[in-house]
Amino acid sequence: MKLIAYWHCFAGVQTREWLRFWQQRTRFASALVRPLLWLVVFAAGFRAVLGISIIPPYQTYITYETYIAPGLCGMIILFNSMQGALSMVYDRELGSMRVLLMSPLPRPFLLVTKLLAMGSVSVVQVYIFLFIALLVDVKPPMWGYLAVMPALILTSLMLGALGLLIATWIKQLESFAGVMNFVIFPMFFLSSALYPLWRMNEASPWLYWVCQFNPFTHAVEAIRFSLYLQWSPLAWGVSTGVTVILVILATIGFRPQRTKILGSKPA
Amino acid sequence: MTLTARDIGFRYGSQPVLTDINFALDKGRFHALLGPNGAGKSTLFGLLTRLLALQQGDILLAGRSLKKHPAEAMRQIGVVFQQNALDLDLSVRQNLMYHSALHGLSRKQARRRGDRELERFDLMDRANDAVRTLNGGHRRRVEIARALLHQPTLLLLDEPTAGLDIASRNALNEHVRRLCREDNLTVLWATHLIEEVQEHDRVMILHLGQLMADESGHELCRQTATDSLAETFKSLTGVSS
Repeated sequence: MKLIAYWHCFAGVQTREWLRFWQQRTRFASALVRPLLWLVVFAAGFRAVLGISIIPPYQTYITYETYIAPGLCGMIILFNSMQGALSMVYDRELGSMRVLLMSPLPRPFLLVTKLLAMGSVSVVQVYIFLFIALLVDVKPPMWGYLAVMPALILTSLMLGALGLLIATWIKQLESFAGVMNFVIFPMFFLSSALYPLWRMNEASPWLYWVCQFNPFTHAVEAIRFSLYLQWSPLAWGVSTGVTVILVILATIGFRPQRTKILGSKPA
Repeated sequence: MTLTARDIGFRYGSQPVLTDINFALDKGRFHALLGPNGAGKSTLFGLLTRLLALQQGDILLAGRSLKKHPAEAMRQIGVVFQQNALDLDLSVRQNLMYHSALHGLSRKQARRRGDRELERFDLMDRANDAVRTLNGGHRRRVEIARALLHQPTLLLLDEPTAGLDIASRNALNEHVRRLCREDNLTVLWATHLIEEVQEHDRVMILHLGQLMADESGHELCRQTATDSLAETFKSLTGVSS
């Protein structure tokens, strides 16, 4: 296949995702309610949690809203990616997946294209969230909005691949409730999204190390540092490495027969 | 293009679903894959479309292995699945554009071929309507039109008339037969409904995962000394169609 064919395919999958986004814009808008509640209500209640410390990448004392905003960006991507991956192999997206897999282009390319297309919709939701967050004084530097984009795309690819891997291989987690309890919540709470890790270290060194080994922590930190125009080699290194591994495992190891793509009960 | 299945076997766990399936499709002919529900038709379609991985045997398209040359094979195959594979919220044209993009066609090419198929399928006036507003028969026509966008030489249809009324069923069946004649398209039409099969078709009867017959309808009736395909089917499978 010529290179241009790959481009047409990529553009076509993106276009479809955006058309669906537009068709279902109220559903996507309602998905923003969750992180906004965290930002406005939860953060108000925990305003004093950071004490008087100054934590990188911030150069001054910050409000709790400012601290959790990058974590909530990660949360938007986390929920969307898991929901998207489940819909790819179990429900809403089954029809489009059947069509996708009939393409002559290599399957790993098709799956990465699909994950990136779903991810790009998440990225736009994050930007809408950040725009609304201005109302509670979360004001990163102007260039931060641009600098954060690669981190958002990387995170969406990482979590999309993780979702696809889980949805394909762990039968017990085929419902969103299962994924929420066993993947989304542990990943979110055992990360630096809601509290700086030094706080966690004070409470329990054991939990601190669990958080350090959680790739979502590093994705959130990559978002946080980029948003404030700083470079974190650890966060980027771990996020990139984990993304590469997950994408390889999820796409090379993808088996349609382990999903409902062929139909619910082939015979 | 010809398709050959060689010694195909498939199991779900320890349960065999297909056993020693061998056949070769004739170029430009309508083939009916007839079998009761649960015979293994969808599994066979899963293997032909690569949604299931071959466990035993091989499938050859124009002599080339599907396992070794999947891209070449997928360019030659058009598929209509039993379950709906259209985006109901998108328009007919948007659905066609998506499929064309997946086959590497530019927007211009996609538009041209899409319009051609829509004209042919008498769907041009519905091009901008959401698929959700179409009736079952029209949706199936859109799926067939879509399957032909990349100009395949082999069209696979898995129970394409499922859920349609008799008139729509007959119309769809006749439509595909016309495509077969006019475009020299090789067609494999899976069904459990004997009314959709004609005696001059090549009839492949699948039952309990085994190919019980693979002959023209006339020849099958002669061999089994029966007057109709329905009787032939019953004598071979013990199941009334």
